[in-house]
Amino acid sequence: MPEEILLMDKITKVYPNGFVANKDVTFSINKGEIHALMGENGAGKSTLMKILFGIEPFEEGRIVLKGKEVRFSGPLDAIANGVGMVHQHFMLVPSLTVAENVVLGMEPKKGGMFDFEEAVRITQEACDKYNLKVDPRAKVEDLPVGNKQKVEIIKALVRGAEILILDEPTAVLTPQETAELFVELKHLKEQGHTLVFISHKLNEIKELCDRITILRLGKSVGKANIADVTEQDISRMMVGRDVVLKVDKTPAKPEETVLKVRDLKIVADSGKPIVNDISFSVRKGEILGMAGVEGNGQSQISEAITGLLGYQHGTISVNGVDLKGKKIREIRELGVSHISEDRNTYGAALISSVKDNILSDRYYKKEYNKGLLMDDKKINEMTDELIKEFLIKCDDRDDQVKMLSGGNVQKVVVAREFSNNPTLVIANQPTRGIDVGATEFIRKRLVELRDQGVAVLLISADLNEVLELSDSIIVMNEGKIAAYLEDASQITDMILGEYMLGVQTQTPEEIARVAYD
Amino acid sequence: MTSKQIERRFNVLKTAVAILLSLGFALLVITFVSNEPVKAITAFIVGPFQKASRMSNIVEVMTPLLFTGTAICIMYQANQFSMIGEGAFLIGANLCTWVSITLQSMAGLPLLLICFVVAIMAGVASAMVPAILKVKFRANEVVSSIMMNYVLLKLSDYFFYYHFRDVPSGQQASYPIPTQIKLPKLIPGLRLHAGVLIGLAVCVVAYLFIYKTKWGYQVRMTGANINFAKYSGISVLGVALSTQLIGGAIAGLGGAVEILGRYDRFIWFGTQPGFGFDGVLVGVLAKNNPLLVPVAALFLAYMRTGADVMNRVSDVPIEFVDVVQGLIILFVAAEMFMAKYKHKLIVNNAKKQLEAKEAAN
Repeated sequence: MPEEILLMDKITKVYPNGFVANKDVTFSINKGEIHALMGENGAGKSTLMKILFGIEPFEEGRIVLKGKEVRFSGPLDAIANGVGMVHQHFMLVPSLTVAENVVLGMEPKKGGMFDFEEAVRITQEACDKYNLKVDPRAKVEDLPVGNKQKVEIIKALVRGAEILILDEPTAVLTPQETAELFVELKHLKEQGHTLVFISHKLNEIKELCDRITILRLGKSVGKANIADVTEQDISRMMVGRDVVLKVDKTPAKPEETVLKVRDLKIVADSGKPIVNDISFSVRKGEILGMAGVEGNGQSQISEAITGLLGYQHGTISVNGVDLKGKKIREIRELGVSHISEDRNTYGAALISSVKDNILSDRYYKKEYNKGLLMDDKKINEMTDELIKEFLIKCDDRDDQVKMLSGGNVQKVVVAREFSNNPTLVIANQPTRGIDVGATEFIRKRLVELRDQGVAVLLISADLNEVLELSDSIIVMNEGKIAAYLEDASQITDMILGEYMLGVQTQTPEEIARVAYD
Repeated sequence: MTSKQIERRFNVLKTAVAILLSLGFALLVITFVSNEPVKAITAFIVGPFQKASRMSNIVEVMTPLLFTGTAICIMYQANQFSMIGEGAFLIGANLCTWVSITLQSMAGLPLLLICFVVAIMAGVASAMVPAILKVKFRANEVVSSIMMNYVLLKLSDYFFYYHFRDVPSGQQASYPIPTQIKLPKLIPGLRLHAGVLIGLAVCVVAYLFIYKTKWGYQVRMTGANINFAKYSGISVLGVALSTQLIGGAIAGLGGAVEILGRYDRFIWFGTQPGFGFDGVLVGVLAKNNPLLVPVAALFLAYMRTGADVMNRVSDVPIEFVDVVQGLIILFVAAEMFMAKYKHKLIVNNAKKQLEAKEAAN
């Protein structure tokens, strides 16, 4: 008889903006299982876990841990009670060593001073016990993403976590790293740990988990043994319909070169080269995918092209115009649109209205001004039209953007960036963290733009997205292009993974093919 | 009801509760410190309305706050927390006086306009220092503007003592300001002057500027999210610079209006008169919306007048009003004040909506 270790009973959570994230959600897990928590983005998975971990307060319901009702005042409280969490975005100090990160906040002392050797010993012991291979003396900033994640897991285990929550742990990993992680997680399970595994990759869940709970629109809609359900069952429960994330597209008909990047070099303040001498081109009417584990220079490339970041060496030109020294507005006027990977920092002003957010790249133009004042009527018309065209769910154009769901915020960004007659679209993680419906919509629009003759540079850490949308692909590894794959339809995620990890690299001649004129 | 509406209503409610609570607390203090609390409280609450001259006084006290309050609104909309209003107001008044005395032979409208222009330029020049330090060297404008205020105070003192102080008259005051350029009185027999009209006009123009023009749009976006503004192609440094200069200009003009409307001679020396800092209070109460500045300024002026009346007819000193002011700021500025109540409102409303939706399905 499986023993219930945790019960979250009829949890209701309302956010300060009135959004009901969880409504009477019941979530129960047994000791020693790997329990999958699934749902679209915005279904309330993260909220539920934040409640469990003591980050968010909840309005109604109760949490029963090992037969005792608990209510954690914060993460420290949760950890003390044996609940650990590995966040999607790592909570590590990059400049410290692995061992220092692991013992942070519970440092071993010798004679009042920090005992580094003891910290190393503690870390090494945990590594051996749980079969997680990391060098305790390495600096975190030098580790690949997969190893950073292991450090997070060790951190939680050393603090005595019996229940470990993993929030989309595979989102940042290559297929190879994912496989490794799964072996480790199964090992943890054998040692009696209980794992909550959040993901929306069906195949992973099928492979790894014992049971599954599915959330939809803030409610629990299903609970099952993994063995009893098919992937189709799960996906139907998740979205209420069968998901088709296939985008129909015809082969690209690329024309002349729009974006030309030559010998681009970007050096960080620390002197470390982030982008190292890369050259590539994007043509009118094609989508060039840029794959790669995050942090291999992709963000810097997109920021350099759009004028947000300076570069030390090389040239970037759009339709033959050199961008060096150009202001951001001048670059935008050349028809360069930019979906930033970080919509909350760059893509939108959350406290401003939908209207003001859509207006930000065109407010100064003649057509939206009448004499000294702005032409409210025209602006309202334009905004309402875009809200309709891009299916932005909001009460009206004066809604603050922070009141919208992530997918709708992204639609606001996309509505602006796609409606200014772009010649080049830099789409950096265009569908990160948004629901399936919005994802599908944005992907379709990107292909439509391509068909209308726009050049698209698609930067994404989501391999499915890259494979699905791109006509050709370049793979980034450590600031360099590791491969140019001319026909994306012939490529599998395993091949991409090998280039991403640097297991394989093409010859300079092969890579140079992407720098056509 | 949408959460947006709740938020809006809640903000009005919160400000009202903050004001009532602080007034309540003030009355409580009065009952303890005063020997004749009923008289004192009556004087404080009703006093300002008992005579036409007192009501005129409210508007007079309000007038300078319209300028410094609006200056704060424009700067704070762009997240530029310059305190230069204080110094700009003082130096504007000072130079306005000096110019009017020096050029008094020409008198009339041209001189009045020259005075205004000089005061505005003085305000711009004052604001330029912290603004440029900010834009060029990333120096925090709060610190540098406050420091600049001291420089301006000493500069003003120097001009006053060495250039236009009326030594023979034996008083600590400037030569008289030419009467021809003093702002006209609006109602015969009352001190109320035309400055209030200029002030209200400034509020309206500032409102239009912030909410209805493309320049104001840049200001608001820079304030809402500076990274977003940059990414969209807005010159955020330009906005930082220009809002601070505009703020300085408005405060400088306020100084001229105040001196030409209410005073016969320039008499501010040694300490900062405080209009700029009161402007911060007004701006915060008005939530950086120039259209609400008159309301906030009026409220403050009413309290000041009430305290003044109370000071004269009872044993409670005028400084008492500073206590009330401090409390109001505390309550209004405290983000989390009544947050639990607000959250409850929103939760209940969200639940009701959810039920309604389910019932409809």
